[in-house]
Amino acid sequence: MTAPLLEVEGLDLRFGEIAAAQNLCVTVATGEIVGIVGPNGAGKTTFINLITGYLRPERGAIRLAGRDLVGRRPDAVTRLGVARSFQIPQLFFNLTVLENILVGLAATEGRSLDPWRPLLTDQRMEKGRRALAHLGLGDLAHRPASELPEGGRKLLDVALALVLEPRLLLLDEPTSGVSVEEKFEVMEQVTKALRVSAVTTMFVEHDMEVVRRFADRVLVLADGRFIADGEPAVVLADPEIRRAVSGRS
Amino acid sequence: MKRSGAVGGILVIVGIVVWWSLAPSWLDFLTAVAVAKGLVVLGVVLLIRAGLVSFGQGLFFAVGAYAVGFAGKWWSMHDALALAGLGLAAGIVVSLAIGLLVARYREIFFAMLTLAFSMMLYGGLVKGYGATGGSEGMPITPPTLLGRPFSSDTELFFFTLACASFMIVMALLYARSPLGYAAQAIRSNEIRVGYLGASVTKIVLATFILAGAASGLGGALDAMLVGHIDPDLTYWTTSGEFVFVALLSGTGSVVAPLVGTVIFEIVRSYALRWFPDFWQIALGGVLLAVVLFLPGGLWSLHERVLEYARRFARGNGSALEQAPARTRRQEL
Repeated sequence: MTAPLLEVEGLDLRFGEIAAAQNLCVTVATGEIVGIVGPNGAGKTTFINLITGYLRPERGAIRLAGRDLVGRRPDAVTRLGVARSFQIPQLFFNLTVLENILVGLAATEGRSLDPWRPLLTDQRMEKGRRALAHLGLGDLAHRPASELPEGGRKLLDVALALVLEPRLLLLDEPTSGVSVEEKFEVMEQVTKALRVSAVTTMFVEHDMEVVRRFADRVLVLADGRFIADGEPAVVLADPEIRRAVSGRS
Repeated sequence: MKRSGAVGGILVIVGIVVWWSLAPSWLDFLTAVAVAKGLVVLGVVLLIRAGLVSFGQGLFFAVGAYAVGFAGKWWSMHDALALAGLGLAAGIVVSLAIGLLVARYREIFFAMLTLAFSMMLYGGLVKGYGATGGSEGMPITPPTLLGRPFSSDTELFFFTLACASFMIVMALLYARSPLGYAAQAIRSNEIRVGYLGASVTKIVLATFILAGAASGLGGALDAMLVGHIDPDLTYWTTSGEFVFVALLSGTGSVVAPLVGTVIFEIVRSYALRWFPDFWQIALGGVLLAVVLFLPGGLWSLHERVLEYARRFARGNGSALEQAPARTRRQEL
């Protein structure tokens, strides 16, 4: 076995009376696709915010391939190879779809952005178009990002994370806000792109069916604690777990 | 964007030549001063494109102007090209120093901090009587170019235009570069820019320095044109006027501020002549009309004209449906 890509040890974070993270521990190996499920308010987004440096844990350690991430700001964490997508797409709505991607591409090219040479080079545009095609957005490249429907926005948000060629990709509810009929289609599209780039992925998801189909491994989060970890088919068959995930019933 | 920028550039050059051959010669001076101020408005526009409103851009205007004043007074430096370069350099140095302090702030905090720094300089210039001449300011010796004095306002006008063109080219290159796009991305979604691994503070700082450079150059040119400088260059009403003209011009292109400032100065001259007692009302009315009917500023007028021309050339209805989307995108 090779060394784990991500090691999380004993993360604690409270928001007042609410424990958003309680002694969270997990290791993820390179190449895994991990689903994280849990009821509303279980701390799923908090977990992503902790890893990416948006929130700072009160205790605990986070290491990416042995390098400590705690105390670094999101841009520094991103440069070390962690990219994320957002539950509510965070895009540049004053730019076109392709320009969104090109800004992302340019950000990976060095420590500082070039102030004089053009952004729109043939080389970048070619690379950007390919990145969009992987997510089925090829035809929309020159449309303003603001004109995309919700499904398209979610996919562009994922594309903007993937284009950074991260070592670890965190997807926050890639199918939320998408209609039930589109859900699997969007996830199918996303996983296809993930396979192409062979990136280690953790994704937060509400729908247990989506996790069963697309994850190799599932983590169940409730009240800021991981209560189960294992193969989706096994873990999600447990009625206790099912009850915990879908809320009280 | 690329083509409309090139078309805009050609239109501006044609406009200036036509203007210069048709307009009465007293307008040369007015236009030249407007172009110098337009460079400060350019600075304001560059920052607005990054989502930041500088209410103290007059600071860099004054820094460029006083750099020229002190260089003449202390070192007997009168060469126009050297003085323009000095104003530019002074703008860069001071904007770097202030930028390091303000680049982390946004919205009203950024606006108020820039305003505060500009008023601190105002206080310093008024009180530092021995060096600055206090509120009286100081005269500027007419500049020379390669040892030869300028023979007319027209010559100085073309010198100003040449310097402004240099700055516009720099600004155009910036606007099309990864840095320029990233600045626009910050206006839309700062958090995501950070999550792309780019340092938002660095992008803001770089933009602030370019804006300071343009404004410093504008100040140096204004000092040479007017022949006198005083602390009002960094007074808050001066900075406010730059923001006013930036909104009037539109932020859709880096060429817009120069065109907008020239139009503004002409409107002001005629407003003063026709309504000497309430010319501010006339100016306010113009801004109101622009905000209501051209939310993208005067520059969006040229976008619309291009759109109509394209529609006319195609001569079909499909362009009609595309038109609103295109104008909206340009105005965002």
